[in-house]
Amino acid sequence: MKTSRLNLQEEKSVLDPEKIRKDFPILNRKIRGKPLVYLDNAATTQKPLAVIEAIHHYYSSENSNIHRGVHYLSEQATLAYEGAREKIRDFIGAKETSEIIFVRGATEGINLIAQTYGRKFIGSGDEIVISTLEHHSNIVPWQILCEQVGAKLRVIPIDDKGELLIEDLKKIINAKTKLIGITHVSNALGTIVPLKEIIKIAHEQNIPVVVDGAQAIPHLKVNVQELDADFYLFSGHKVYGPTGIGVVYGKKNFLEIMPPYQGGGDMISSVTFEKTEYNILPFKFEAGTPHIAGAIGLGVALDYLKSLDLEKVALYENELVSYALEKSSEMPDLQIIGQPLDRAGVISFNLAQLHAHDVGTVLDRHGVAIRAGHHCAMPLMKRLGLEATCRASFAVYNTKEDVDSLFKALQKTLEVLG
Amino acid sequence: MEELHDLYQELVLDHSKNPRNFKKILNCNHSAEGFNPLCGDQITVYLKLEKDLIQDISFLGSGCAISKASASLMTTALKNKTTKDAFSFFNKFVQMVRGENNQGTNLESLGKLQVFKGVKEFPVRVKCASLPWHTLLAAIEKKNGKISTE
Ligand SMILES: Cc1ncc(COP(=O)(O)O)c(C=O)c1O
Repeated sequence: MKTSRLNLQEEKSVLDPEKIRKDFPILNRKIRGKPLVYLDNAATTQKPLAVIEAIHHYYSSENSNIHRGVHYLSEQATLAYEGAREKIRDFIGAKETSEIIFVRGATEGINLIAQTYGRKFIGSGDEIVISTLEHHSNIVPWQILCEQVGAKLRVIPIDDKGELLIEDLKKIINAKTKLIGITHVSNALGTIVPLKEIIKIAHEQNIPVVVDGAQAIPHLKVNVQELDADFYLFSGHKVYGPTGIGVVYGKKNFLEIMPPYQGGGDMISSVTFEKTEYNILPFKFEAGTPHIAGAIGLGVALDYLKSLDLEKVALYENELVSYALEKSSEMPDLQIIGQPLDRAGVISFNLAQLHAHDVGTVLDRHGVAIRAGHHCAMPLMKRLGLEATCRASFAVYNTKEDVDSLFKALQKTLEVLG
Repeated sequence: MEELHDLYQELVLDHSKNPRNFKKILNCNHSAEGFNPLCGDQITVYLKLEKDLIQDISFLGSGCAISKASASLMTTALKNKTTKDAFSFFNKFVQMVRGENNQGTNLESLGKLQVFKGVKEFPVRVKCASLPWHTLLAAIEKKNGKISTE
């Protein structure tokens, strides 16, 4: 009791959740007659009004194609789109806006790197290293590449707590290792991976590192230069932005030597039937009309997050996670899956002997939205000896009351399915 | 919360916790494996067919309470029935869980299987309930098959 009251006070001094909640219109919704308790933020976050309005504003008063028109609207749209790129550069601490490439999301980002950098610089007999924690989107693109070029996939193992075994990484990498693809935060367990250390080890052997930041960007202050990441990518929709937009950051010296991803308009500087000159960075990687409204919306989402202060956001979300873990320790039938030392935003668990989907169904009827399943990380589930888990994942608008509702609904679940 | 109790009735919970015919028939002559990639449900149905007669039926697998109970009750309903009966059960069952039973099909003949009537209020769980039945059809039709709900 004492600790939770302390936490409550701390929380008040950190962020004002009631004020934040007012920024998210969907949180007023009732689900099956109950207030929405949205704890599926690792799948996608809700959008603040500022983002919704920015998209509305773009389509109602700036809509035009970019980089091509001589007219006023095109100029406005281009400014807004390129302005968003600058916001993203600033948010992740990249050196230049030319290092920021807009894509559809994290998945497309990884595929882009695999099919451009990978196709050119990874060959037969080479090795690509990933980890047991990866989301399918950081596994399958590399498997496809391996099949195309005859390379081999190696995997960094984890311990039972869900932490990477860094000592094993040192044994796995060798002269044939051409790339490491690693998540920053596990979407299934919440593990924060010791990126700096991994990148340092990799760079000692001149191995570039691709970081899947999809679950880190919403929760951690990320600076790609401090991390010294060679590539860093994420999805807009998991960080309060629209779906269909994401970002690949790449160090300029890599992006420059990489072939284009897709061919088409905008990615060229001149085309004849004999030869095409590719455009400069970042446009070389952005063929065709991009998701302009999405990029603008993402820029506004990052502005919003920045206005709350990322360090406060991280503190506040940690509070929620600790509170949930504390409550779970009072529930003997609940087993937390993964005990990483550093955790961001996510708790995985199983309830008694119940299957996650049954738990998810009952929680849903109580207005509590969680994810149940393998979380697109089937190899991880296999390693843990599980078919599925329940996952509660937090965002800045969640409250301790949400956590209370979750645990109340879990108690009800035991009654219904027990 | 009525519909939760309609979904997870005693009978369903009992069969999910203590599935009947949960084994491999050693001298089975037909079998098929079914997957529900969305949930990760996995089931193998084993049959011993003597011409059109289902002499024995069993299953193994893992998954949620609905898919397990559905498989278990399916095996108890079909032992010593004909494949023709099985097809007829299949049609009625799938109609029932999808809530497509507006032509007033007589569901009485489904007997205990009617316990899954409540599934229709849970559209995302329909596949869980019907996976064993789709797998059964694959097993009848092929000596060895693999199917997926997606
Ligand atoms: C760690 C991680 N990487 C990649 C992705 C893929 O993101 P998207 O589906 O937005 O491309 C996800 C989304 O679930 C994720 O959690």
